[in-house]
Amino acid sequence: MTANTDETFDESHVIENDSAVIDSDAAADSQDFITKQINQIHDEYQQGKAEGKPEETQPRIDFAPYRSSVLRHPTKDLHHADPETIELWSPAFGHRDVHALEADLTIQHNGEPLGERIVVRGKVLDGAGRPVRNQLVEIWQANAAGRYIHKRDQHPAPIDPNFTGVGRCLTGDDGSYEFTTIKPAPYPWKNHHNAWRPAHIHFSLFGTDFTQRMITQMYFPGDPLFSLDPIYQSITDQKARDRLVATYDHNVTSHEWATGYTWDIVLSGSNRTWMEDEDAE
Amino acid sequence: MTQNSTQLVATPGQTIGPFYGYALPYEKDSQLVHRAHAGSIRLHGVVYDGQGTPIPDALLEIWQADESGVISRETGSLVRDNHTFTGFGRVAVDNEGHYTFTTVNPGATQEGKAPFISLVVFARGLLNKLHTRIYLPEDTEALANDPLLSSLTQERRKTLVATREANGDLYFDIRLQGENETVFLSYPGA
Repeated sequence: MTANTDETFDESHVIENDSAVIDSDAAADSQDFITKQINQIHDEYQQGKAEGKPEETQPRIDFAPYRSSVLRHPTKDLHHADPETIELWSPAFGHRDVHALEADLTIQHNGEPLGERIVVRGKVLDGAGRPVRNQLVEIWQANAAGRYIHKRDQHPAPIDPNFTGVGRCLTGDDGSYEFTTIKPAPYPWKNHHNAWRPAHIHFSLFGTDFTQRMITQMYFPGDPLFSLDPIYQSITDQKARDRLVATYDHNVTSHEWATGYTWDIVLSGSNRTWMEDEDAE
Repeated sequence: MTQNSTQLVATPGQTIGPFYGYALPYEKDSQLVHRAHAGSIRLHGVVYDGQGTPIPDALLEIWQADESGVISRETGSLVRDNHTFTGFGRVAVDNEGHYTFTTVNPGATQEGKAPFISLVVFARGLLNKLHTRIYLPEDTEALANDPLLSSLTQERRKTLVATREANGDLYFDIRLQGENETVFLSYPGA
């Protein structure tokens, strides 16, 4: 691939292929082969844990079954730094930035989007369990047919003219967020032959410190594609993987309107010295 | 301070993927100040993978103090009014991996401290966010005394110091892997 070639425009599907390192047949690797690779890494992790190595709570950034990670992960250990000045604060967001209606992805066009209407709600907390207040939460997702509104997504599934799949909100005083949207569908990608991503919603989050900035994905319970997906499985520990799976909650489900899910998000610990007013419950 | 002993485990990160296009980029996202602002500079560079190939689908965010070292508490990073300095910017790299912010030189937040811009990198293929810092090249004494830079070898610390271009702009490349791999940071409690 050369620098000025767009890698995806001319393809009929989503490309997830770094052809330079993985030989050009990589996208032809079978699911069985990828699954075997995933299982081998997980087995080694379990063995290491049994021998006293620490439990892993974050994805591996070097996870070869996810082909695109091969050339895009640092090879040196992250350097431990004491956060200073700007790192101990986050940008401030307010309703000037985000309108309350942006949390409803089903009302952005003239008609109703197709698919299963859902409500997703939860809390954003920091490592000490404190609510993360008035911070920006952004989401994006595929539609009910598994298609993103994006010029590079050429998956031949229908675009829904009434669904862009993009939403924002600010967390409340208790750290809560809520979105109304459509349940996204799984979609194929070109990591390997017959590769399909489990249905997911992308989440982008800010904490009280810029060091807590995070992007992740929320998954739906019971998805049969979990064990096959190298992105989800890049998290080697089952307990940690489970943290990305929302819970179906019939109390959030509303009569003749939407099914409901809850999903709480925990950011890493804050390093700030908390002022009294910020710490007040 | 009422901090209790509860320690919750952080939710795992995941890759940003390739299709954040209508969610994260927004109008004037990379313009912390208007181009006409006195003292405005361009901060730019290229994001490279382990083979030195530019990455066409990375997203970068910066967060910085203003020219006098003040950390902004202003809202309005998403809906820019061209006047308020919020300190936050976001940019998607172009098809050649190049990014450009319009911003100002950050001032030192304390006298004698080396000013820097905090940077977060997201990309397809990158399974979790990466933090780093962009230091200004000028104040050599402050740089020499900086605790983070001092803890690195000469070779590695170079990856955190931007280059000043003749017109006053800052140039800073990000290398996810390979020769001159950028120093990426982890913080306590993360």
